[in-house]
Parts: sequence; structure tokens; C-alpha cells
Amino acid sequence: MSGRLPLLFEIGVEEIPHWMIAPALGEMERLFRSLCADHRIEAGALRLDGTPRRLVLRAEGLPVRQEDREELVIGPPKAAGEGAAQGFARKNGVTLTELRVEITPKGEYFALQKRIEGRPVMEILAEILPVLIGRIPWPKTMYWTGKGGPTFIRPVRWIAALFGEQVVEFEFAGVRAGSLSCGHRRLGAKEIVFDHSTYEERLEKNGVIVSASKRRQRIEAGVRKLLRGTGLEWVRDEALLDDIVYLTEYPTPVMGRFDGRFLELPREVLATVMRHHQRYFTVQDKEGKLAPRFIAVMNMKADRKGYVVKGNERVLEARFSDARFFWEVDRQRTLASRAAGLSDVTFQAKLGSYQEKTQGIVDGTRRLAGWLGLDVEVAERAARLSKVDLMTEMVKELPELQGVMGGLYARADGEPEEVAQAIYGHYLPQSMEDPIPPTVYGQILSVADKLDTLEGCFGIGLIPSGSKDPFGLRRAAQGVVKVLVEGRLRVDLKRAVEEGMAATARHFPECGPQQAQALWEFLADRIRYYFREVRGFAYDEVNAALAGDWKTLPDLEARLYALKLVRQTENFEPLAASFKRIRNILRQAAWERGEVRPELLEAAEEKALYGEAQRVLGEVARLRASEDYIQILQAVATLRPAVDAFFDRVLVNAPDEAVRANRLALLGWLLNEVSSIADFSEIVTTTTTE
Amino acid sequence: MDSYQETIFKLKRFWAKHGCVIQEPYDVEVGAGTMCPETFLRVLGPRPYNVAYVQPSRRPADGRYGENPNRLYKHSQLQVILKPAPANVMDLYLESLEAIGIRLDQHDLKFEEDNWESPTLGAWGIGWQVMLDGLEITQFTYFQQCGGVDLELVPAELTYGLERLVAFLQDRKSVFDIEWVEDVTYRDVRFLEEQQFSVYNFERADVKMLWRLFELHEAEAQRLIDEYRALDGEKDLREKSRFPLLAAYDHVLNCSHTFNLLDARGAISVTERVAVIGRVRKLAVGVAGCWIDQQRLLAGAPAGEVRA
Repeated sequence: MSGRLPLLFEIGVEEIPHWMIAPALGEMERLFRSLCADHRIEAGALRLDGTPRRLVLRAEGLPVRQEDREELVIGPPKAAGEGAAQGFARKNGVTLTELRVEITPKGEYFALQKRIEGRPVMEILAEILPVLIGRIPWPKTMYWTGKGGPTFIRPVRWIAALFGEQVVEFEFAGVRAGSLSCGHRRLGAKEIVFDHSTYEERLEKNGVIVSASKRRQRIEAGVRKLLRGTGLEWVRDEALLDDIVYLTEYPTPVMGRFDGRFLELPREVLATVMRHHQRYFTVQDKEGKLAPRFIAVMNMKADRKGYVVKGNERVLEARFSDARFFWEVDRQRTLASRAAGLSDVTFQAKLGSYQEKTQGIVDGTRRLAGWLGLDVEVAERAARLSKVDLMTEMVKELPELQGVMGGLYARADGEPEEVAQAIYGHYLPQSMEDPIPPTVYGQILSVADKLDTLEGCFGIGLIPSGSKDPFGLRRAAQGVVKVLVEGRLRVDLKRAVEEGMAATARHFPECGPQQAQALWEFLADRIRYYFREVRGFAYDEVNAALAGDWKTLPDLEARLYALKLVRQTENFEPLAASFKRIRNILRQAAWERGEVRPELLEAAEEKALYGEAQRVLGEVARLRASEDYIQILQAVATLRPAVDAFFDRVLVNAPDEAVRANRLALLGWLLNEVSSIADFSEIVTTTTTE
Repeated sequence: MDSYQETIFKLKRFWAKHGCVIQEPYDVEVGAGTMCPETFLRVLGPRPYNVAYVQPSRRPADGRYGENPNRLYKHSQLQVILKPAPANVMDLYLESLEAIGIRLDQHDLKFEEDNWESPTLGAWGIGWQVMLDGLEITQFTYFQQCGGVDLELVPAELTYGLERLVAFLQDRKSVFDIEWVEDVTYRDVRFLEEQQFSVYNFERADVKMLWRLFELHEAEAQRLIDEYRALDGEKDLREKSRFPLLAAYDHVLNCSHTFNLLDARGAISVTERVAVIGRVRKLAVGVAGCWIDQQRLLAGAPAGEVRA
């Protein structure tokens, strides 16, 4: 029997946290494919969908039966005779004539070509579907049937599993799989009959849009309709849209208003309350000014009586009133006058209070400002005030506004504009998608703050391992890298780390060079990650450039650009291959150091190489002042004919000890000089000269 | 439009109809209905229990002298415990909203992830905040652990914030404008309490005395826990089965409330905070452990003597 049948598998759950749904669907697909593969079932085309109350896997067509397969069963050796063969045949339920003799490396054996019939896939599904449910990984699970019972993200309340027209018979957590689905909590029936072709349609009639992209489209279309003719624009927020798509089964946007007098409050405050706390979209006019409107998305079809809009308006007004109260109370005192209170706020039990942290940031910011020739007083002032907004009511209530509020309050206090802007943006970037702080004072404050956290945590041994990173140190380090590169800050990062760690070591005697080294390697890892994953450089380019003598990240970036460009030219990769060969030769000879003695150069080719190297390295030295790495690498590439000729004609392992040493010295000198730009031997070449 | 008290009556009647014991508020100060023995101790052990009660919940730091329209020093929770949670618990909850006049076809309801944790009680659960037209009206939690112990039966805890809910139902911008009963507002009944306790909690409470009280309650709770533990399961069976663990727990509640007062008074630094919470937690976990033990004894005792 052949043929394929569709499978529909729906796990009905109490509301799953929205942010976990899409990843769970990905895991379901992966698990299903791997369980099918384990059972030699071709999974074919799959479709995964999810809402807060259901995870749905649909297979277009699974075979009805596993393929039959043949297996060779080896029996007794031929030498054991017919009696043994008969026993073997009997055991396998066949007659002697069905056996054959198989020649194996160990000799001749009786053997049976056994045909194993494929099992019905229905039977296998009944085994693997409950296993699949239990294996979906969740960030946090619960039990609900009693201690020791099965766990899942939330209680499983129904399961629909239809293979063809038949129910797959199994049970999970006391719930039997059946043929019925369940509608929206308030818009649909509790039990819905469906078949494979009517599933989506039947659910939609019962208030559930199964497809996330259709829900998203419905929201977008609804918003457009609400704003048509108003002259207002939707402030799109993809992250919020994603949240809402997975918070609803039938999303419908509605628009509400708020009192225009609240527009006196900073836009940042209003937007945070609306977006982060109420999950509303904000709306602006053509000039980009916030409009006294908001868009909420219901999990309903319509708000006929306007109760939903009214309810949301009332909630928002209460929240805005609170915010106004905080704004007014906070401005009764200047930020600067609150700074002393930081000593009461713990940053980390061992590292101490935010006052101590602030001192670390001040020291770091001053160093960076000094190196970059910036106004040290401005930098210090911004650093001094950077954490004080933690003492304000607004930040206590809306912690996501830390930094931003500090900047706004500093401006209101009449602090210099550079100071206010630096504080405002110094938590940026929070992710690789975030921009860096827009001003240079904000950039150095951001770097100093993050480095201070890294130095402190590494200093006391709080080093992230695996997925455990409670202080967000990876993100902090990634932020440092991003700001230094994209802000084009020519800061000697290693020196910054060393001086910062030295300062940390004054407070924590256990913090030594080992911790500084660990932090440096941690940062190097982030540098690699940034250039590879975020900027798309090849890993060998990154390894090669990192091995050079760069000091600042913009300099490293310039080398990478040049490397990427010049490696495509004809001479470069063969030259890189030669450098790999040089490195191997030196390693095999255990060469460490030695001066080239020109008078010992014998062959024409080695003299030529020496001359070329002098010419090229001289030019490189001249070009390095301008950091024009493209020209530098192009100059290096001109070494190729001389290097090739050298390897063609010159025997490095000369019989004469002194000549041999001199040739090694020539190669060593060349390699060291060139590797200070980038280690070419790291470049993976397609051609090899070895 | 129903009055405040009528809404409470309706909720109580609804849950009574669904098999709950309707309890009265507990008479020791608590920060939340969860802390009452009717929740904290009842959820431990293997015995099913359904209960509902209104619990005035005191949170000294939340007081605003009766001047903020939405913040209260003492708010009221309607607390429901269904142990074990029935499979249709969500449907029951939605029905309870219909029972107080919320037409669910005219409003927007969302269940948003909100896992509850009480470090002082060594308790946590998984659940949601229930949002009605953008307003949080209920905390819905499946308890997983209490007093540091994995629960044998998983209870559902529903906590309705009554003032907010009724302000919503009555369409009032300030909870103080809620009609408690005809011609009497929430302000009439409660304003002075909000004002005077805010003055006391923030300005006048005697910090030294509070610390002394904290230590007295802590010592008494700890003494009782130690004495219970010292009793022999066989020799002192009778003494053990009538041992006043409920009294010990009252002292734990007193510790917790005193801690909240000290906190509101600004007498506890951030670093101290964690340590003091740890002290209260130790007591709560201690009582919970003893309580489970005592329940086992009582369950094994001859019929008629079981009074759990």
C-alpha cells in the first residue's frame, strides 16, 4: 500500500507567553523532522503556525506505511553443517531453502535475507507525537496535574491529531488526542469539527486567525483604515507588532485619544508608557510631532459600543497622570543635588554602590577624553551625573527610561547641552541593531560605563560561562566594540583595559593580570564576532587582521577593508600561500631570531628578495603613517615574483650552517615585518604551493 | 450599576456556588491574600481545598496619603484558591467576570505572562496578569512552590484587585469616587485610614520600636519552630499534633508586616533588604516544613482526631 495522507496536529494550551511562540514552532518543526527521520518517514512539506492558545503542525503528505526494508541476518558458519543451518532457519521461521551462503571476511556463513515490513505510520505517529510535545524546549515550564507530573509551558487542554481522516490515538498529561479544535475564548465554539481542507476557514469563523502573517496583515490594514483621512501617521514598531501578533488570535486595532495637555511631558515618557506598558502604537502628525492619539490592538473583532476604546483611554490617562506627577516631583530638585543618594543603591554586592560605580566611570571617561583630546571637564560632568536618574521617581517607575531621563533632567537643570546629550544616550547600544550614542561625549561615556562594569565583574571573578551571563557582560562588551568602531574612536583598547583593570585591582587584591588577560580575550572574541557576523568579513580575514599590531578598532577596520579588497587581486593569495610556507619552514627549523647579514647572501634570487623586501618594507613604513592599508597591501603584493623566484631556486636548508641561518633570518624578518600589518598565513587560500 | 459591596457579594456568591468555602478576612496584617494561612498553609499537602475571601492587604510603601487616585496603602483583594485547579478553571474565571456584569463580548481580554514570586514566602507560580481593556484586573497563578516545597496538588490562585475592578465597572477615574453603597463613597469609608497610616508609615513610625518588634516576633516564631522540631514523632505524638504552628505563623506574618513598615520608613538600606527578607523567608519555610509534617501526623491519626 502506498500513498500519502495529510497530518494536522494541534496542541491546545492556555495562553503561551507571546515571545516564546515563534521559537517553539521552530523547535517543533526540527523535532518532527528528526523523529520522522529516526523512523525512516519522509516528512515532506510542513507548515507551522501558532497563536497564544495553539501550536499547529501540518504535514502536506506523510506516507501511510514505512517503506519495507531488507536486512541480512548472519547465521552459523557454513562449516557448522546443515544441522546448525536448520536450527537457524527454524529460529527465523523459514525453510532451509531460503537461506543462502554469504562470504564475509571471516569466512563463509549461512545467512538470511530478511524482509522487514514497514509499520503503519499511524502507529508511529501515536508514539512520536506525545514524545514531541514533551521535548519542546521552553525557557520555564510548569506542572499542573500534580507533583511529578508532565511539564509544559502552560497546561495542555486539548489535542487535535488527524492523519488522513483518522485520529492519531495517544494521550499527553491526561488529554486524549481527538478530532476537534477549539475556537477563540469569547468569539468561538468550544468544539470545532474540521477537516484538512477546512481547518483555517473553520477556525476563522470561530474567531481564530491561525496564520501569524495574516494576523499581522489584519493589524496593518486596520491601522491604515483608522488613520485614513486623519493626516496622521502610524509610528511603526516592529517589535511591538511581533508581540501583538502573538498576543492575539483575532487582532483588531482601535484608536483612542488622550488629553493634549499631556503633550507637555517629554515624548520619550509618553511613548514609553504607551508602547512598553500598554502595548499601544503611537501616532504622529506629518511634521513628526506626537499626536494625542494611540492605537490599541484588541483580541476581538469589533468594539461596537466603544467600551474598549473608553477603557483604554481611562487607563492611559491614569498612567499619564502618574507620569506627570513624577516629572513634576523629580524636577523639584536638580540631578546634581541627588548624587549623594547613589551610595544607597547597590550596583553589585561586592562591587559596591552606584556611587562607587560612578567613580569608576568618571575615571574611565577622563582617561578616554584625555586620549582623544576632548574637554575632560565636560566628560567628567556627564559621567558624574550619568547614574543619578536612578534616584528619580520616573526611572523607578519606568526603568527603561534610565539614561534618557537623566539627559532630560540635566537639560532642564541647565547643564551644558553636551552633558545632557551624553547622559541621554549612554546606555546605547543595547543590541547590535541599536544605533550608537550620537555624540562623542555620549560615546565615551557609553564605553567607560560598559568597560567599568566589565572590569569590575571580571576583577571579582564574575566571568560569563556558557549561556549564563546575568550581568549582560557579552552585550556590554559587544557595545564597547560597536561604539569604538562606528564612532571611529581612536582609543588604544588594550591600554584602556589594562589601566582600568589596574584601577580595579587596587580595590580587589584577587584581581591580577590573569583577570585582565581574561577580559582582553573576552573582548577579542566580541571583536571577532562583530566583524564576522555584523560586518560580514570572512573569518580568515578577521584572524589575519587581528594578529597584526593594531591598537585601535578603526585601524583594525581599515586593515580588514584593505584585506578584503586586495585579496581579490592576482598576486595576493599566492603570496599569502607563500607566507604560510615561510611560517612552516621557520617553525620546523625552530627559528626564533637572527639578523640578516647581507654579505652571506649567495644566490641571485635571495639577493633579489632581500633588495625587494627592503624596497617594499621601506614603502610600507612610509605609507603606514597615513594608515592607507590598501596601498600598503598592494605594495606587499608586489613581493610575489621575488618570493616565488626565491622558492623556485633557493634551498633554504643549505648545507652551510651560516648560509642556512641567514636564509632563515631573511624569511623571519620578512614574515615579522609583514605580519605586523596582518598575518597573511592566516588567509585560507584556494591554491597551495606546498 | 452595582455598588462596591454588591460586586463583592456577587463574586462571593459565584465562588460559593462553585464549591468554595467563603472565609472572612484574616485578622493579622498581610501584604497580600496569598499570605493568609487559608492560602499559604492550605496549599501545602495532599488535601483538596477550595476557598474564597476578601483580604485587605497592607502595603505601607504604596500609601499616598489618599491623594493619588489609584494608589492605596491598603487595598482589598478577592482571593480564590482552587486546589487542585480544575481543567476548566479559565472558563470559571471568565464566568465570574460575567457574574459581576462584564459583558465579555463587548470588552477586550488578554492573558499576559506574569509569573508570581514571593521571596519572603519561598513561593512562586506561573501565570498571567489578566488585562481588561488595557487594565490589569486579576492575577492568575498556578502555584508551583510554597515555603520552599514543591506542591503535591497544583492550586489555581485568582486574585482580583477589587478597587480597580470596581472603578472600572463604575467608570470612576479615582478609586476614592467608587460608590461603596448608595450615598457612601469609598472616600467616606477609607480616606482617613489612607491619610493617617501614610503619615504614620512614612513620618511617625518609631524605627527603633519597629526593629524591636521585628526581633520579638522573629524570636517567638523561631522558638516555636525549634520546639516543634525537637518533639519526638512517637513519644510526643499528642503534643506534636496539637502544637500551635498557626500561632508561629502569625508571628511570621507580623515579622513580614513590620519589615514592610521599616521599608516604607526608609529604615532598611538596599544591602540590608536582602538579608532581612532572608530572615523572614527562613521562618516561613520553617513553619511550612513543620506544617506538612503535622498534617501527615494528623492524616495518620484515628478518625475524629483529624482537625486540619
